[in-house]
Amino acid sequence: MPFFLFATLFIAAPVAYLVIGSFQNNQGETTLQNYAELATPSVVNAFGTSIEISLVTAIVGGIFGFLLAYAAILGGLPRVLRTALMTFSGVASNFAGVPLALAFIFTLGQLGIVTVFLKGFGLNPYASGFTIYSKVGLELVYLYFQFPLMVLIIAPAIDGLRQEWREAAENLGASSAQYWRSVALPILFPTILGTIILLFGNAFGAQATAYQLTSGTLPIVPVIIGAQISGDVLHNPGLGYAMAMGMVAIMAISILVYTVLQRRAERWRR
Amino acid sequence: MRRRRASLVWWIVFVVGFIYFFLPLLATLDFSLKAKPAFAAYTNSFADPKFFSSLLYSFTIGVVTIAASLALIVPTAYWVQLRVPRARSLVEFVSLLPFVIPAVVLVFGLIRVYSRPPLPLTHTDLGSTTLLVLGYVVLSLPYMYRAVDTGLRSIDIRSLTEAAQSMGAGWPTILWRIILPNLRVALLSGAFLTLAIVLGEFTIATFLARPAFGPYLSLLGNSKAYEPAAVSLISFGLTWLAMIVIAFLGRDTRTRIEIGGAH
Repeated sequence: MPFFLFATLFIAAPVAYLVIGSFQNNQGETTLQNYAELATPSVVNAFGTSIEISLVTAIVGGIFGFLLAYAAILGGLPRVLRTALMTFSGVASNFAGVPLALAFIFTLGQLGIVTVFLKGFGLNPYASGFTIYSKVGLELVYLYFQFPLMVLIIAPAIDGLRQEWREAAENLGASSAQYWRSVALPILFPTILGTIILLFGNAFGAQATAYQLTSGTLPIVPVIIGAQISGDVLHNPGLGYAMAMGMVAIMAISILVYTVLQRRAERWRR
Repeated sequence: MRRRRASLVWWIVFVVGFIYFFLPLLATLDFSLKAKPAFAAYTNSFADPKFFSSLLYSFTIGVVTIAASLALIVPTAYWVQLRVPRARSLVEFVSLLPFVIPAVVLVFGLIRVYSRPPLPLTHTDLGSTTLLVLGYVVLSLPYMYRAVDTGLRSIDIRSLTEAAQSMGAGWPTILWRIILPNLRVALLSGAFLTLAIVLGEFTIATFLARPAFGPYLSLLGNSKAYEPAAVSLISFGLTWLAMIVIAFLGRDTRTRIEIGGAH
């Protein structure tokens, strides 16, 4: 079947090459040395920064996305806002990479309109140590595609909360808070957690946005792998392959957990 | 659903989201209009031959990617649905692999494998462009497969196939004249999402040194002041356009929003 031939040649072969390379030293001998070298402080630091950025943006984006979806669906806002939110989320979750990084430089860079606006009040964010080209800056940028993705995935789940459940709870004398604590949140929990994990993977794999924003100066895993492709910055090809494997492993775990949680969540949707 | 009056909290949440969404766009617009004389950022961009050549390059790559992706996926999904349903979960698994393999890792492997014999693709321009298309086909797999699969499930392909066969149609005729036209809406939404992704893609195009739109915008962002703002807005407009087309196509079927993910 051509499909499997294609998958073998252009998905399996490149990954297999990296896998094999990650177990070889410069002389082509089999070794585990590359994986041992993942413990080098600079590599550990890169993974740490990447994980931190992904985790922070996943949790903050997840919570804010949930609140936004809740506000639009159950918060009693005009219905037209809900349609608008879903459309914007569809666009924003796809608006990443170079143009997104540039848009934030125009907003919060040295000459960005918000920076200039705040300076007008005598508040210079750059004087207090903030820069958009830093870890915090990158997190702020990543949130732009993180929370819309949360809105897109969580909205159908919030929609799926049945009115009967709420009525049943109220008939039994439950307050709104009790309904949320004992009924709605336990039902939504697998979806919320699963989606936050998906957001984690979404941020972890992103390369273009970070590269454009920080010109490759913020050492996160995808940026280092990028530099390793162009020139052997780690001075060890095998270590580059091992880092790529580490990245695939983390992505695989997050997608797997997401899938499992999503299956659990579907029990309630019939 | 019982409507309650919106409390202030939900309005605040919504307004914060609204500001966060539009402020960067507003800033970009503002920046693009700062160049003197008025609209110079736009006229300069349009006067730059590289603007159109890179956009045309990416557009062409996008169209070729869509065609290649469809040629690969439609017969596969059709065959799986009709003849070997047992293979469904395997095909589904393979089509989701690109989510697990970040673009930067994929291009890393592709370059290492295809820069040496027996297939030294990266040594020639045509070879690198071919590799770029193949990489994009990989990226498009999850969206395209899902779009095609959903489309196939919504029509009775068994009856259609049997009817066509009883009138003497061969496999190519069935796929081209019966199945494809019936999948039109599903395919178009997958196609436009792929186009939107390809037009903005940066990572794979950069490492393969291709003159695509993403790397062009990146370079412009590092070298010019106002032009990148104008080109970013145009790029955003193109994404917007693709999403509107998808929403428009999906208006008859169940409303389904496509999720592309970050780059």
